[in-house]
Amino acid sequence: MSSKAVASLLGTLSIAWYSGMAMAAAHPYQLNFQQPNSTIAQQTYDQHIMLLWICLAIFVGVFGVMLYSLINHRKSKGYKAANFHHSTTVEIIWTVIPFIILFAMAYPATKTVIAMKDTSNPDITVKVTGYQWQWGYDYLIGEGAGISFISRSSTTLDQRNNKAPKDEFYMLRADKPMVVPVGKRVRVLITSNDVIHAWWVPAFGIKQDAIPGFIRDAWFQADRAGIFVGQCTELCGKDHGFMPIVVEVMEPAQYTQWVAEQKAQSATTVVDVNKVFTLDELKAEGEKVYAGNCAACHQANGQGIPGTFVALDGSKVANGPKAEHINIVVNGGKAGSAMAAFKHLSDVEIAAVVTYERNAWSNTTGDVIQPSEINAFRK
Amino acid sequence: MAAVHDDHAHGHGHGHEHGHDDHAHGPPKGMMRWLTTTNHKDIGTMYLWFSFSMFIVGGLMAFGIRAELFQPGMQLMTPEFFNSLTTNHGLIMVFGAIMPAFVGFANWQVPMMIGAPDMAFARMNNWSFWLLPPAALLLVSAFFVPGGAGAGGWTFYPPLSIQMGMGMDMMIFAVHILGASSIMGSINIITTILNMRAPGMTLMKMPLFVWTWLITAYLLVLVMPVLAGTVTMLLTDRHFGTNFFNAAGGGDPIMFQHIFWFFGHPEVYIMILPAFGIISEILPTFSRKPLFGYSSMVYATASIAILSCIVWAHHMFTVGMPVTAQLFFMYATMLIAVPTGVKVFNWTATMWQGSMSFETPMLFAIGFIFLFTIGGFSGVVCAVIPVDIQVQETYYVIAHFHYVLVSGSLFALFGGVYYWLPKWTGHMYDESLGKLHFWLSMVFFNVTFFVQHFLGLAGMPRRVPDYALQFADFNMISSIGAFGFGLSQLVFLTVVVKCICGGKKAEAKPWDGATTLEWDLPSPAPYHSWVTPPVVK
Repeated sequence: MSSKAVASLLGTLSIAWYSGMAMAAAHPYQLNFQQPNSTIAQQTYDQHIMLLWICLAIFVGVFGVMLYSLINHRKSKGYKAANFHHSTTVEIIWTVIPFIILFAMAYPATKTVIAMKDTSNPDITVKVTGYQWQWGYDYLIGEGAGISFISRSSTTLDQRNNKAPKDEFYMLRADKPMVVPVGKRVRVLITSNDVIHAWWVPAFGIKQDAIPGFIRDAWFQADRAGIFVGQCTELCGKDHGFMPIVVEVMEPAQYTQWVAEQKAQSATTVVDVNKVFTLDELKAEGEKVYAGNCAACHQANGQGIPGTFVALDGSKVANGPKAEHINIVVNGGKAGSAMAAFKHLSDVEIAAVVTYERNAWSNTTGDVIQPSEINAFRK
Repeated sequence: MAAVHDDHAHGHGHGHEHGHDDHAHGPPKGMMRWLTTTNHKDIGTMYLWFSFSMFIVGGLMAFGIRAELFQPGMQLMTPEFFNSLTTNHGLIMVFGAIMPAFVGFANWQVPMMIGAPDMAFARMNNWSFWLLPPAALLLVSAFFVPGGAGAGGWTFYPPLSIQMGMGMDMMIFAVHILGASSIMGSINIITTILNMRAPGMTLMKMPLFVWTWLITAYLLVLVMPVLAGTVTMLLTDRHFGTNFFNAAGGGDPIMFQHIFWFFGHPEVYIMILPAFGIISEILPTFSRKPLFGYSSMVYATASIAILSCIVWAHHMFTVGMPVTAQLFFMYATMLIAVPTGVKVFNWTATMWQGSMSFETPMLFAIGFIFLFTIGGFSGVVCAVIPVDIQVQETYYVIAHFHYVLVSGSLFALFGGVYYWLPKWTGHMYDESLGKLHFWLSMVFFNVTFFVQHFLGLAGMPRRVPDYALQFADFNMISSIGAFGFGLSQLVFLTVVVKCICGGKKAEAKPWDGATTLEWDLPSPAPYHSWVTPPVVK
């Protein structure tokens, strides 16, 4: 531990100093909330500071009395014990005063809670879906409607396993961040595809569980541009720690440009489902899809994790009838299985990944699954 | 069974020669003594040793957790195994260490403090204890089955817990067995307290430890069946095609959380109310002054117990409840601060103008008040919804509940052990080692957990095996504290073993300020005590 750490530890003992530190940006010895970037986050921040001051006052009051007593009312100093054992007046006073203090705490909190729950009149509505272990964003209403993508952690397995150096953004960046404009009211509809996740961006003061089968909503309005990061905050399985939420807030003009880029990009990537691919094309595409969606459990080498995640290399499904294989990828395993449904992937992606799994490692079925088959299967 | 019959025959056979209250023959020897015993002191001892061994097992898991979090990156284990460790650390500490320890205290102390010869249902008492080792075996052996132990958090929320392997089923059965044991233990305690008090001991003359346990036992009987129900629903969802918690089948995963926390929140008071009782015995003794506000202490305990049943959803402020429900649970939660505050004020007033001395039990009691109050403050912070939404599922919450459970419940247990060891063993413990244990625990506890407040506020989620580089320094400090805290407990073990093996003979009443009935018995307390009940004036 460096001397800086020791100094900082000592500093933490002073709560008064604490609130002075508060506005500093994220740094190794950050003591308080991140700098707020929305009205709700600012209110939360202020209430927290108020609570600290109240707690400090009570702390000093109660422990001041106790400390005085500990120093002076000692047997070793020959202090003779008094014999009082109750006082109705005092007891009523110290029951009533906490009520008043609690009221002072509850009043601003109530106003904030009501404001948090008011998700009316959004400028932009985005559906956020939690997957094990990535986030999906679908822009539903407002500028950018129709944009849809998956956001995965940019941290590599090698970085995680200490085989590659960690940069300052270790665990804090995603390949495709959610993008929103400054000063616009964004309503997020939050749900999940598998288990419960939670979508949290500290700087916006927003945290909402993503619950499979239900849609919950929340809202935020960012006051300034920048990149804001949170993490999944509901235990969702082995890679719970590795699904960051990254939101890039842009100036409105820049946002419009981003929307145009996304639209142009998706126009070029739309593929005719009836296009016929070769085995090698599908395998190459499938390997990418596999790495992004399947390798976390089934592992890059297809061996899975014994006892937890089944191996695909040599498995009955990957070497058996095609229909069963497609079914399990699209609709997930049987009830209670850890195998999630991947119907959110495109026909091409599913065709590619199924083809890849049937022809990778020691699997040599030679099957080529075309996107049109997936399209037909879905109907 | 033979030993029990011998015991009875022996007791009756010699009773006439020696007079009825002479039971100095002692227990039968060997393993059968412990397997078949119906003696509240033997059973109390077994509960306490069981609890201590589970404390070591859970502590080793904490070592694993803090070792992995010592540095960023994955060093020692897979994320799945890490999740199994956090899950089982929580379960084992709650159900294996803290709860059985308090039941052990109840077994030893309740009969002696109310002037009863034993617990009301002596044979059921034996069964409540002997259910624990199989449950512990299930929990621990789950680590060696395919798929490993349950890794869905100690709260095992579905659908994640539906995905787990057979380790989760073992966990569910273990919880069932532990629950059955707790229910039997509670019924026993309630019956003993209500029916077997010495003549003259009215309810409002009972020692506060007995009061807090009476209230705790009612809470246990209320909520344990609810837990059993919800884990059974989980089991049938896993294996028999029901859809209680599966949205696709018309169920609701959030319903599990409501039912779980209807058990889970009273559960945290189950772990702290008897601690309040122990502290309320220790403080007057070493202040040489009666407890301040006895009746308001009883009412405050009862209020906390009642309020604890209507605050459960404050564990769920991020699931997206309607605004009215959120506000109701916020206000109800904040109200708990009132009776809890009354307790802290009463303790302070008990010490005020006392004639205090600072033996180890008193040190732990003062440490308890100091740190538990900090945990109470962070509890109020967590009650305020906008702030709670920020700190929910972060290290702030980890810091909060370790302040109330470790420096709360555990410190009270330590204080209680030092306080009653002379009565239990007949020897005085080593005071210097006891004080060393206190100061080491106090320092390392704060090194471990105080910095976790900052980690949580700055944004580190809980239950993650790895973290961003900005959290590295505080995590390293916390890990160093955790290793120190764990190793300090070896001092405790040393003190206890030394005290059992020998040491200065303890007088019947080694603490001059003590007033409760157990101090009228010789030290060590005879195998059968209060065969003739004392008369309380």
